[in-house]
Amino acid sequence: MNCVIRLLLLALLPLQAWAGIGEAGARHLLSRTGFGANPAQIALYAPLSRQQAVDRLLDHVSYSALTAPPAWVNEPFDRPGKTNLSEDEKKALQKERNEHAQELRGWWLEEMRISPSPLAEKMTLFWHNHFVSALDKVGVPQLMYQQNVLLRRQALGNFGQLLHTIARDPAMMRYLDTVNNRKGQPNENFAREVMELFTLGEGHYSEQDIRQAARAFTGWSLDKDFQFVYRPNLHDNGDKTIFGQQGNFDGDDVLDMLLRKPQTARFVTLKLWKYLVSPAPNEADIQRLSALFYRDNYEIRPLLRAMLLTPAFWNSQGQLVKSPVELTVGTLVTFDLTPPDWRALAGLNRQLGQDVFNPPNVKGWPGGDAWINSTTLLTRKQFLDRLSHDAAPIRNSFVMADGQMDEQRGREARIRRLVQAGLRPIKLQPDEWAAIYHVNTAADATRLLLAVPPAQPLPADMTGAQAIAPLLLDPAYQVH
Amino acid sequence: MFQRREFLKAMGAGLLVSVLPNLSYALAPAGYQRLLVLVELKGGNDGLNTVIPYSSDDYYRLRPSIGIARPQVLQLSEQVGLHPAMHSLLPLWQNHEVAVLQGVGYPEPNLSHFRSIEIWETASASNQYLGEGWLTRLFRSQPTPPGFAADGVVLSSQNLGPLDGGARAVVLSNPQDFARQAKLAADQQAGAHSSALSHILKVEGDIRTAASALQQAPMKPPANPADAPTAPPKAAGGFAQAINTLADILQNGTRIAVARITLTGFDTHGNQQPTQARLLGELADGLALLKTRMQAQGRWDDTLVLSYAEFGRRPRENGNRGTDHGTANSHFLLGGRVKGGLYGQTAPLAGLSDGNLPYAIDFRQLYSTVVQDWWGKDASSLFGQRFGRLPLLRA
Repeated sequence: MNCVIRLLLLALLPLQAWAGIGEAGARHLLSRTGFGANPAQIALYAPLSRQQAVDRLLDHVSYSALTAPPAWVNEPFDRPGKTNLSEDEKKALQKERNEHAQELRGWWLEEMRISPSPLAEKMTLFWHNHFVSALDKVGVPQLMYQQNVLLRRQALGNFGQLLHTIARDPAMMRYLDTVNNRKGQPNENFAREVMELFTLGEGHYSEQDIRQAARAFTGWSLDKDFQFVYRPNLHDNGDKTIFGQQGNFDGDDVLDMLLRKPQTARFVTLKLWKYLVSPAPNEADIQRLSALFYRDNYEIRPLLRAMLLTPAFWNSQGQLVKSPVELTVGTLVTFDLTPPDWRALAGLNRQLGQDVFNPPNVKGWPGGDAWINSTTLLTRKQFLDRLSHDAAPIRNSFVMADGQMDEQRGREARIRRLVQAGLRPIKLQPDEWAAIYHVNTAADATRLLLAVPPAQPLPADMTGAQAIAPLLLDPAYQVH
Repeated sequence: MFQRREFLKAMGAGLLVSVLPNLSYALAPAGYQRLLVLVELKGGNDGLNTVIPYSSDDYYRLRPSIGIARPQVLQLSEQVGLHPAMHSLLPLWQNHEVAVLQGVGYPEPNLSHFRSIEIWETASASNQYLGEGWLTRLFRSQPTPPGFAADGVVLSSQNLGPLDGGARAVVLSNPQDFARQAKLAADQQAGAHSSALSHILKVEGDIRTAASALQQAPMKPPANPADAPTAPPKAAGGFAQAINTLADILQNGTRIAVARITLTGFDTHGNQQPTQARLLGELADGLALLKTRMQAQGRWDDTLVLSYAEFGRRPRENGNRGTDHGTANSHFLLGGRVKGGLYGQTAPLAGLSDGNLPYAIDFRQLYSTVVQDWWGKDASSLFGQRFGRLPLLRA
């Protein structure tokens, strides 16, 4: 008898263990680890178990971008602030830089949209907002591109190695004034931020530690082509006392000291949790995950895997406000849309508060609720309204006096709107989309588009295609 | 005693409101009926060429190419005067409605644009990071009355600044556009939501409240503008437009406690003179326009204007006929109840070469003065420690 029950239980177990994550689970995982979720991708992940799904994501990461960068990224560049330029030449140079900056933003957004491993872009964006540099101060789009390539290459690699690499990154060295830090004239900017924002967090170091660490980084410099160079004659070879230890430390010694502190593992784990899981960290999970991160010598991939496999992750639907790129690029991904001009989309994201390559300050975008104020919310809704006006079946909105539908006029009006919006070939065709992906009912659409039930319940008897517009404008579409 | 008097005043005003609604503003007790207008001079205005210590040889020594020549300075006292582009403020000065605040700053100043403006907007100490604007903290602990369209409106900027982090705030450029777009905002639904969704529903609610207040009070053009005794000067430039937008929505009866207007372009590291002259002209003209328009509504006595910026500029000019990031700065407080005059300390320039200026007024003293003396609210727990108020206001 006992045996029979056991057998029965055993027979049931695999069902439970291998039960797929389903459409809602797949949508959640894809939206959090990437940008939006297309029904085709959802269908791919829905039958997998949590573990299979997470492993599949982690096994398909690419470390270089698919989208070709603008040609100028490999061209030599003038040093910003070059003297002996006429006013006209200065203006022309500035104009060119601005254009390059826009192209660069567009390039990355396009990559987010088409990347076969959105997780790589998601993590690159995470590191961009952790090891912050901003074009406004760095001044050279080429250097920001190089930094982006570096962040992507190591996005799921080793945090310690990333820290050492980024400290020598030319954009970072310009952004945090490492280039102005020399023996006898220390500039503390990098030393302060590496402790406060990159590793330990506030309250885990003293002003003395910062001053002494700044001395250790002296001699790190850039040559005339903005490549890293060590200048021994500018390095302070005196003894420094950092975290109670005394010695003739150099910059790499300081970074290693920071990595030896478990607080660094905790700080980064907590930040990643807030990025991928929820604004309210769970202490037990954070402790377990940061201990793992520390023990694994700061390998990022196992941390990510463990985090995505916590039950808390799977129960966190709707707890995060979508960032502007998650909203805009995510919507394009979800509906298979491609704007003709990615620079326009970059402009929209800037309006929404996320100007990629130009975070507001060294702390980066605060994120969370701060993404949403009355203006950014209305701008988000206008963007979605534009798409979803389009999405509302055309025959609903262009009924003529005799009851006939003027489809021609409807199409023209739609094209006119898109031209005005600078997003011409975006064609969200709800009927087509719903037919391709078998989105028959409003419930189907809700499951594919929202993380939580709509704040405004849908009227009964809506088809999947009809539900798209109200769902995009529902407040619940702003969270994931 | 104080409380009792406040209570009686409130009672009296309440009675008058019901009988004589048009007098309500003039007789309102201290409280959020009184308007605060914050003017942000974005980029860090050079206060030393705004309030000019023209009697100081050191000033001309430190600024050989950008110093404002003595005969051009609009003299306020025997030591200091205003930039010549600010002539439209002179009538207000002569009317004792302008307090010139010299040497406004804070300890251990931060010279980063971002960090420093964050310090001003959160009213934090320089080594303290706060997630909420100082007005947000105020309105959370001491809320505005229910009939208010919003705690505050933000004009000419996307950034909520001191209203960031939870205040009921809307960003406005064109009230009609706003009211139209606001239709995209959903009605608030009761129910248990994640905090993320609750925040979005709150912002949607703020938008709808503000938009419906704006719509319930349709634009009332003056009966015959030409006949009006104080026809407002013609608006020119974005700053004046923002002033007019603000005055329009107030004229409609829309109630708010705060408006913040941003005037951008003060980051003058090079060729400073023409840029600053243009901006200071816009500033002074705009403030004069604000007085005219508020006076026409009978609200100038209940309007208080305070300027702020992330920092001032270094006394010594740089090699590009501009100035670099500095510390203490000059600011203005204006309004019908302001005790006009000079406050703080004229920049101590003697012996200075590459140094920065010390501060004489902590900006949190100004905020405390606004909270306690202007609104009659409690400032004791807002700024971490108590800051002495300044006698800047008439009863």
